[in-house]
Amino acid sequence: MKERLEELKQEALNKVTAASDIKELQEVRVSYLGKKGPITEVLRGMGKLSAEERPVVGQLANDVREAIANELNQKQDQLEKVALEKKLSEESIDVTLPGRPIPTGGPHLLTKLIEEIEDLFIGMGFQVAEGPEVEQDYYNFEALNLPKGHPARDMQDSFYITEELLLRTHTSPVQARTMEKHEGRGPVKIICPGKVYRRDTDDATHSHQFTQIEGLYVDKNVRMSDLKGVLNAFAKKMFGQTREIRLRPSFFPFTEPSVEMDISCKMCHGEGCSVCKQTGWIEILGAGMVHPNVLKMAGFDPDQYTGFAFGMGPERIAMLKYGIDDIRHFYTNDVRFLKQFHHA
Amino acid sequence: MLVSLNWLKQYVNVDKVSPEELAEKVTKSGIEVESIESIADQISNVVVGHVLSCEQHPDADKLNVCQVDVGDEQLQIICGAKNVAAGQKVAVAKPGARLPGGLKIKKAKLRGEVSNGMICSLEELGIDPKFVPKEFEDGIYVFQEDVEIGANAIELLNLDDAILEFELTPNRSDCLSMLGVAYEVAAILGEDIRLPEVTVDGTDQQVEDYIKVKVEDATLNPYYGAFLIKNVKVGPSPLWIRNRLIAGGIRPINNVVDITNYVLLEYGQPLHAFDYDLFGSKEVVVRTANEGETIKTLDDEVRTLEPDHLVITNGKEAVAIAGVMGGADSEVHDGTTTVLLEAAYFHPQSVRKASKDHGLRSEASTRFEKGVDPKRVKEAGLRACQLLEQYANGEVLEGVAEFNDLDVQEHVISFDTDKINNVLGTSISTPEIATILEKLRFPYKQNDHSFEVTAPTRRGDITIVEDMVEEVARIYGYDNLPFTLPAGSSSAGGLTVKQKLKRKIHNYLQGAGLNEAITYSLTTEEYASLLVDPSIQERNPVPVKLAMPMSEAHSHLRLSLLPEMLSSIQYNVARRQENVALYELGSIYINENEVVTKQPEEKLRLSGAVTGLWVNNQWQKEVKAVDFYVVKGLVEGLFQVLRINNVSYEPAQIKDMHPGRTAIITVGNQKVGFTGQIHPSLQGQHDVTDTYVFDLDLDAIVSLANLEESYELIPRYPSVTQDLAFVVDESIASQHMMNAIKKAGQPFLKDVQVFDIYQGEHMEPGKKSIAFTLRFQDPEGTLKDKQIEEAREKIVTAVKETFRAELRG
Repeated sequence: MKERLEELKQEALNKVTAASDIKELQEVRVSYLGKKGPITEVLRGMGKLSAEERPVVGQLANDVREAIANELNQKQDQLEKVALEKKLSEESIDVTLPGRPIPTGGPHLLTKLIEEIEDLFIGMGFQVAEGPEVEQDYYNFEALNLPKGHPARDMQDSFYITEELLLRTHTSPVQARTMEKHEGRGPVKIICPGKVYRRDTDDATHSHQFTQIEGLYVDKNVRMSDLKGVLNAFAKKMFGQTREIRLRPSFFPFTEPSVEMDISCKMCHGEGCSVCKQTGWIEILGAGMVHPNVLKMAGFDPDQYTGFAFGMGPERIAMLKYGIDDIRHFYTNDVRFLKQFHHA
Repeated sequence: MLVSLNWLKQYVNVDKVSPEELAEKVTKSGIEVESIESIADQISNVVVGHVLSCEQHPDADKLNVCQVDVGDEQLQIICGAKNVAAGQKVAVAKPGARLPGGLKIKKAKLRGEVSNGMICSLEELGIDPKFVPKEFEDGIYVFQEDVEIGANAIELLNLDDAILEFELTPNRSDCLSMLGVAYEVAAILGEDIRLPEVTVDGTDQQVEDYIKVKVEDATLNPYYGAFLIKNVKVGPSPLWIRNRLIAGGIRPINNVVDITNYVLLEYGQPLHAFDYDLFGSKEVVVRTANEGETIKTLDDEVRTLEPDHLVITNGKEAVAIAGVMGGADSEVHDGTTTVLLEAAYFHPQSVRKASKDHGLRSEASTRFEKGVDPKRVKEAGLRACQLLEQYANGEVLEGVAEFNDLDVQEHVISFDTDKINNVLGTSISTPEIATILEKLRFPYKQNDHSFEVTAPTRRGDITIVEDMVEEVARIYGYDNLPFTLPAGSSSAGGLTVKQKLKRKIHNYLQGAGLNEAITYSLTTEEYASLLVDPSIQERNPVPVKLAMPMSEAHSHLRLSLLPEMLSSIQYNVARRQENVALYELGSIYINENEVVTKQPEEKLRLSGAVTGLWVNNQWQKEVKAVDFYVVKGLVEGLFQVLRINNVSYEPAQIKDMHPGRTAIITVGNQKVGFTGQIHPSLQGQHDVTDTYVFDLDLDAIVSLANLEESYELIPRYPSVTQDLAFVVDESIASQHMMNAIKKAGQPFLKDVQVFDIYQGEHMEPGKKSIAFTLRFQDPEGTLKDKQIEEAREKIVTAVKETFRAELRG
């Protein structure tokens, strides 16, 4: 009997090795380990054996079964793996074909810049203030120390609607309105972005509509050196740590002293080139200490309060930052333009 | 202001700095130097030559063969100028000379005759033709005076000058004069200033015997001074005056006119010279013009005057528009012998009005408009008298006939050192401030750390302490200011809820594939009221019109963002960008009155437009044009992001929108906008294919947004879905059916979705089948079959009754 079992084992293992697919292997499993298989048959004849021999043969039969089953399982795994590999290789695709496009949009470059500047000043404790685009002459000019007939009104020819109403020529009226709301109590710390309008013929460098961002900080003991410090922080974050700023005296009716801020030219690092008109500096914004008349008109006591204000043009900053050649690009909404700044 | 450095040297020593360094210093101290023009390094070897003989070229009619003495040698030069003649002193570019524009003079032969150089015109020497005196316009330049043969013509003609262009801010009109520039440069460089000495020899005859002055309105004309100069000989002015006028951008004419212009540039005070004999009376009367009064001005134009124009008259008719332009009839001419010289102060606004009305902006009017120095009006007149005496053979009569009501009050400003330092954030010492005041030549009294400054009238812009802070700061140098950060009370920065929501909306729409656009607020009259939201249209708005538009394209304020957005789509499509998805967040301007009397209501709108392909998976053959449901999906997504529920869409007829593909959007009972397709005929006008838009009232949406942060338990019990299909009339709106289902399915019905619409074969004409997926759930436990069955029954009954629907098997 023992011989018979060894024989069966060898026979089964040979068949397992020979099996070439899972179906053949299954047949081997059924024929050797099934209920009608030869091993079961051998075990059935065990009754004829002596009490001493019975456990020995029983043990042997189990070992044989186990050995066959092990071999079968291993072979099964191996064949399944081969089958899977075959299936997967048949499933190959051209991974170089383009994917399904997800529509992507993005912000307008001006909005992006304005938000960037807003966030920068929010970080310094400023709030964002807004106001109407159709403005009263009073807020656009008079409250900003530009009485009727003031020669500086020449500087910004305006779109009037009536004698008293016009499209705002700057976002400064928002400053006047906000200060007025504070009823003479500081601090006022705001940044005012928005659209403004001037009587200019549209060309590469002029646009009858453009945007502006102005900042205002009114409190006790606000100094011009604070303005310089704040603008320096702004310029370095906006244009890069290596850029220098300089202030140059200028004139605005609503500030005194008034300055213009230049940053060192990125192209030539101050050497002088065509971008900076050989000066080494590029004009970025106007600023100054709020004129006492402006403070007074808005209800602040100029003996107690001082303040600084600044204003800049996002278009100009964008044009400098990205080398954009024509201001009209901001308003024609050519998607080839718009899409360039989604990830910038 | 064009500043000749050679001229400036007369008043201030600027030799220690290069023109470039000076420009840099002036710019940093407050006046931007726009440019430095110099041809000095482009020109060499041009000398004075004496034309000894001039004969016609044997082989050329239009050429002359000249023998020219240039001092150290005699040169034969061929010259084609008509005005060349023997005896003249001319500018000769010798062989080897360089001229502006890169021209090099070489020995040459012209039609067989040797030519050793060139006799030059002023234009060839680099002078702008518009400043070349008339007599030399078409020929060579001929020296009028006794100049030395062989002398350096470059120096004589001031071609070695550097011209600095000062870009003046409105407050610095003091630098519209060479003397003002001299004060400024002297302060910046810390140099002394040398002012011209004004002395007149004069005669014993009294001005009063010849002329009287009467001014009717002292406000418009607070000072009028009349000088009289007899025995004048009109002719060319001396070379140095002509040179300086040309450098300052004024064309020389004759000595009398040149001298008034010279003083204008030197003092910033415009003067006018009348021919006394042609003046027409012995009295100057200054008054406002009469209605319809006319005057023929120097440019030979007859101009009609307005009652607010100030005129100079001889008591009868106008002889000049005050501060703007003189009259032709009393103009100085070659035969003038007696000059009536006007030195006056005219009110800035009056001059501005007249110069604007007549379109005449001159060197004179510009200065009057900014306000001249009241203390230098008379002195400027005397300076001109002095020059007329010296260079026009004039005899100046004693005295001046004048009207004088001029305010020459000087501002006295008090401050102390602390004030300056507190505003600037600096620590400038008291002596440093005193030094700065010295440099500026502002008279002051000092008491310890306190100053009392008398602002000179030439600096009309200095009136308050802050002006003094600026003066100190700019001379001290802004580069020397420290960088500090505000020390005041700290404040929390941030955005308002509305500003945050706007950013959220931007982010959503960008993520959904739309590009943000910014269009113009000013549009055409037609566009201004096109595609207006019906709930705004109901208010009968009148588009706001500009009083003086620059073009029809931008004449009215918009009532909708869509028309300009459609133009942007058109712009792109015309450039072969056919798939465009844009949105904009911007204002519209609502005015309800025929005449605008108050600020229009500004409402923020959120609008979008999509055209072309929305799905474009080319190789998978999945290519779909945008349709109504794409744009509606965008809007629905937006409401979801803002957690706005209870939104419904009702079909609507809106002008210029597709009548069958447009819906008004309502949240609860509030209309918040519309969505749909642009009317095909409007699309056609813009050469665009099907374009779908949405237009929403942003303020409404922001106020409806649910910002409350809350958390709902994730259900622990399973949900059950069931499908139902109904046959209804094709006119039944699916949203209405869904609403009915939702109502009937309470409380367990959690969601309804349309999953199929069918019309056609096996379906009665005029009917459609519409299939819904219903999802039921009980948060408290597992739903029993019976509960679902009941809910289903209620839904079926409700739909059947409300829509005469039949349940499909």
